[in-house]
Amino acid sequence: MTTTAVNTAQPILQARGLVKTFGRVVALNGSDLELYPGEVLAVVGDNGAGKSSLIKCFSGAHTPDSGEMLVDNEVVTFRSTNEARHAGIETVFQTLAVAPALDISENLFLGREVRSPGILGTVFRKLDTKWMREESARHLRELGIGTVQSITQTVETLSGGQRQAVAVARAAAFGSRVIILDEPTAALGVRESARVLQLIKDLRDRGMPVILISHNMPQVFEVANRIHVQRLGRRAAVVAPQTHTMNDVVAIMTGALTIDEADQALAPVTASAS
Amino acid sequence: MSQTPTVTVDLAEEFMAPRTPMQRVQALLHRYPYISPLVVLVVAMVIFTLINSRFLLPGNLSFLTQQTVVVGTLAIAQTLIILTAGIDLSIGAIMVFGQMVMANLAVSVTASNVLPIAGQNPIIAILLGILAAVLAGCLNGFLITRFRLPPFIVTLGTLSVFTAITLILFKARTIQGPEIPEALKVLGKTIQIGDFQLMYGVILMLILFAIFSYILRYTAWGRHIYAVGDDPVAAELSGINVNRVIFSVYAVAGLIMGIASWIYIGRVGSASPNADPLINLDTITAVVIGGVSLFGGRGTLIGTFIGAFIITVVENGLALAGLDQAYRVLAVGILVILAVAIDQWIRKVKT
Repeated sequence: MTTTAVNTAQPILQARGLVKTFGRVVALNGSDLELYPGEVLAVVGDNGAGKSSLIKCFSGAHTPDSGEMLVDNEVVTFRSTNEARHAGIETVFQTLAVAPALDISENLFLGREVRSPGILGTVFRKLDTKWMREESARHLRELGIGTVQSITQTVETLSGGQRQAVAVARAAAFGSRVIILDEPTAALGVRESARVLQLIKDLRDRGMPVILISHNMPQVFEVANRIHVQRLGRRAAVVAPQTHTMNDVVAIMTGALTIDEADQALAPVTASAS
Repeated sequence: MSQTPTVTVDLAEEFMAPRTPMQRVQALLHRYPYISPLVVLVVAMVIFTLINSRFLLPGNLSFLTQQTVVVGTLAIAQTLIILTAGIDLSIGAIMVFGQMVMANLAVSVTASNVLPIAGQNPIIAILLGILAAVLAGCLNGFLITRFRLPPFIVTLGTLSVFTAITLILFKARTIQGPEIPEALKVLGKTIQIGDFQLMYGVILMLILFAIFSYILRYTAWGRHIYAVGDDPVAAELSGINVNRVIFSVYAVAGLIMGIASWIYIGRVGSASPNADPLINLDTITAVVIGGVSLFGGRGTLIGTFIGAFIITVVENGLALAGLDQAYRVLAVGILVILAVAIDQWIRKVKT
């Protein structure tokens, strides 16, 4: 059984001793993770520390070899991204997972299209394109990205930042519990990165817990409530941006610094980071 | 949401960068990839009419539709498959297989030395022939999805396999017209509209084009075909069962090939195991000329429809112009290369 007596708030996502190997490569070596309601949890670590493997377990892209995952204190197993999605966990993958030849609206509803009401939908399987376009436009507006030239623009005609916005909008539109973002600003310019960070803050302010994987320390310190440092396939420490510096975090990442459990931010941090 | 949005991703600003006329053409073709084949078809028809006014006579036009009907129908199947970034080289072999199953089931004395199956109700024979083609398509789909083999290799193999099965089951015997019941040949009948003869098979082909255009454009399965061909990894991560989509495409393509078998018997009036060995390449030619990308995810059935007609129009027009067969083959070859070159150019569209 889990021993989370120290925390009063219940974590919304939890990992206990996750192990994932690919042949002889050990990606996760007994990794833990907790995500609490209403927070942005940054997951940082050196290349190969197992950041992506860890969140891919939660997004259903990987199935861990051992260890358990809990969503709202219930043990879950995800065999596909669809199963994670049904549990309310939406992921924006580093590759974005958008179909370039389809338009914005089609991408938002890809894999969960809505059919027309009545006989058109049931017998002729017709999609309710008009409704989906209106919904897509509404979601983009809600996220403050309403100035798309046309919702019927194909995604390949969009810039990197715009594609990122579409992928985030898709996650925000359908994610009911958690949104996971894997390196959302890696391919973006300064201005576009700022927009995505603002999107993350907006999501959090709307009560949506977010896991953010990033290499970019200033960005992590700007938006994160807590910072989960991954090292050698395990969690090295969790710190709050108020109590530790970027240098501390880098030191933990490289193993130069270890933090006593008492000094870590294992429970939710109440003060907002920004 | 009461909260006011704080970020504005002004997409329009970045999108409205000035474009050269050439980029405008590129963007237009990108959006409507069937424009270039349509231009080719219209120009070709105008030129051929100027060279030989017989080209536009109703008799010649109805001949054109009848020449196109089998390749056109099979090209629907080929389009679905190529949209998933696959290819089917066994399309002709499956069509012949289905046609031989139909004919051998329906005739009173079968050529089959394996199965004592002759003398079936013609309707049953047609249905079983179509079923045989569906099963053949399923085999392709199974090998491609289950063992992750490249479609090119799988269908290159099954091209031989289905051809051999047809020969083993039914020998090399052609079943002649008089032996075949009317129901199998009904699609070869025509309706007289003035001097124009509209073949039933052509009507069926048009209906199939309409149905599958609708499916590709307006159903989830149709959109998933594009998504899978465009970027299979993204499709999978978006929650689409990529293997199921690909398998179903090969199965449905088999159904279309089975219908093409029936049309073929009507069109030719007999059933031969050696029918049209080059029809595979003709279907691919039609699809490619029609602006469907061989790399998947791009193109429309309207394009394929135009592409199928371009082949017959060019061949027929050059024949009426008195040119040798070799020139017709040359012309079609040049068109294919041109079409692929245009596709590559369109794909580089920038914002």
